[in-house]
Amino acid sequence: MLETKNIDFYYGSFHALKNIAMKIEDHTVTAFIGPSGCGKSTFLRLFNRMNDLIPSMRLTGECLIDGEDIYHKSVDVAKLRKRVGMVFQKPNPFPKTIFENVAYGLRVDGVNDGRFIARRVEESLQSAALWEEVKDKLKKSAFELSGGQQQRLCIARALAIAPSIILMDEPASALDPISTSKIEDLIHILKKDYTIVIVTHNMQQAARVSDKTGFFMLGELIEYDDTKKIFMNPEKEETQNYITGRFG
Amino acid sequence: MKRIIEKVIESLLTISGATTGIVILLIVVFLFREGVGFFSHSDIESGYVLCVNGKNPVDRLTPEQIKRIFDYEIDNWSLAGGNDEAIEPFRMNDLSDYYSDEELGENYEFVPEKLGEIIGGTPGIIAFIPEQYVPGKSEEVKVLSGNKLKPADFFGGENWMPTATPAPQFGLLPLLTGTLWVGLCAILIALPLGLGVAIYLGELANEKIRNLLKPTIELLAGIPSVVYGFFGLVVLVPFIQKAFNLPVGETAFAGSLVLAIMALPTIITVAEDAIRNTPQTMREASLGLGANHWQTIYRVVIPYSISGISAAVVLGIGRAIGETMAVLMVTGNAAVIPRSLFEPVRTIPATIAAELGEAPHGGAHYSALFVLGCILFLITVIISISAELISKKQHQAQ
Repeated sequence: MLETKNIDFYYGSFHALKNIAMKIEDHTVTAFIGPSGCGKSTFLRLFNRMNDLIPSMRLTGECLIDGEDIYHKSVDVAKLRKRVGMVFQKPNPFPKTIFENVAYGLRVDGVNDGRFIARRVEESLQSAALWEEVKDKLKKSAFELSGGQQQRLCIARALAIAPSIILMDEPASALDPISTSKIEDLIHILKKDYTIVIVTHNMQQAARVSDKTGFFMLGELIEYDDTKKIFMNPEKEETQNYITGRFG
Repeated sequence: MKRIIEKVIESLLTISGATTGIVILLIVVFLFREGVGFFSHSDIESGYVLCVNGKNPVDRLTPEQIKRIFDYEIDNWSLAGGNDEAIEPFRMNDLSDYYSDEELGENYEFVPEKLGEIIGGTPGIIAFIPEQYVPGKSEEVKVLSGNKLKPADFFGGENWMPTATPAPQFGLLPLLTGTLWVGLCAILIALPLGLGVAIYLGELANEKIRNLLKPTIELLAGIPSVVYGFFGLVVLVPFIQKAFNLPVGETAFAGSLVLAIMALPTIITVAEDAIRNTPQTMREASLGLGANHWQTIYRVVIPYSISGISAAVVLGIGRAIGETMAVLMVTGNAAVIPRSLFEPVRTIPATIAAELGEAPHGGAHYSALFVLGCILFLITVIISISAELISKKQHQAQ
């Protein structure tokens, strides 16, 4: 379970997230929506400490995974990121073969057993619904795949290290409609085994894939509830305005 | 009106592009045209001939054989394809051992006749004499046919003595090995250092240090090479001499060090740019999969920027191979095939720079220097093409 308490986040002097509290249940899909610059991606990146890369960042409050504060001094960030996989906005496969892309997480973890790696790669590609398309060209460069295939490869790559949580930062925003629907189907399937948090600009997508939706604006979590409720009967006026397309 | 101005600008740009291309082409053509003349020169000093006794079966000698005969290293004709007979080299100034000035005539008009007597009377003789004193045709004197300089002697020759008499030695090997030796060692020193600094600047250094260090390093690229040579001569050479207890400090190692220092700014700047051009999303993807900073650098950042890094390497090598002045100043310029790092060597560019001024225009020596220029040009072309291929292959893999 993911939980945040009183999260405040700053880029230098910019107050990017304001006093955010949220609970995310296991094996659910949670969508974050909101206008550009509202802090939803920043919030997502808290959970695998990707924001650590920004030199001027500052964080107060607590961010817990299964009750453990992931910003505690004793936490090994690399280990945390093996538990919390991430898929990025633009497909970003490594300049390596398809096989080596998926095996990457295992290799940097020090796994040497070739048979184990091969099995894990196959399982991950199957889970990402990519195996049938690439099984004959595992030794080819990942750059030969189409954009949609590359994104599913990135999902397979994240699955290979057996995380329990997968963060997706607008995973379909750079893809065509067919590839997008494949990714959405995949999210439905993956929900059984993983907790998924997805940031999206596309409200239909949020409505289609998620169980719960959080609406962010200007660094604040305006409303967080069941997706159905958010889209059918939101409590706040801002949410209503955003969903009906009056701004954003 | 506007259209006309656009047209004018367009044609000006086209003209400048074409002019540049033509100038470059002309330089290459000039280089090769001057160089090609080399192989039509005679292999002994022009204006002179070599004569042997009429009964001597030897017709031809290579430049190297001629040199060794006159250095008394070959002392028997059997070693040069003739009979078992001691060789007696003869030069014009030996003539006074045989005849007095009176006997040779007031205007040396009897010289050819007397030379004929000497050559005819000495079975093992080989005489190096000016063309105008060649004895008249007779059974007793044989003029060795003058050979053209042969490519095999040039490319396989182990001696570079372009002003030696009677046969100048144009052996490429000492210069070529000297160039490659110094260049290779320079790269071996500069590469790990340069890549290390590039990775440090691109991945590890904080913004403050980077903003200080990078312009400083770029500044180093602009220092004239003679200044580096001066530094090498005054600081490195004495240091090397003392540190390794050598008779002279001007060695291949000194040259390599100076070249390494000179190639560093290029390598660092280009490699660092390539490293920083690695998209942030690549790093995030790697870190997101639980890789640490080092794993990310050597498994993702370096493979991603490898074409830029190889460009850096090639530019560094290009600089090292072609550099003239600094190398000329610190390597000692002995044209011998290097056997260790701590001997003087001479590189191709240094040879051209040092000798072109004293080579008579149009002579064999002059042309030989142009051939050296062509070889240098070809080496750099090969390096550039291979770099191009490497980076192309890399891009295909991506």
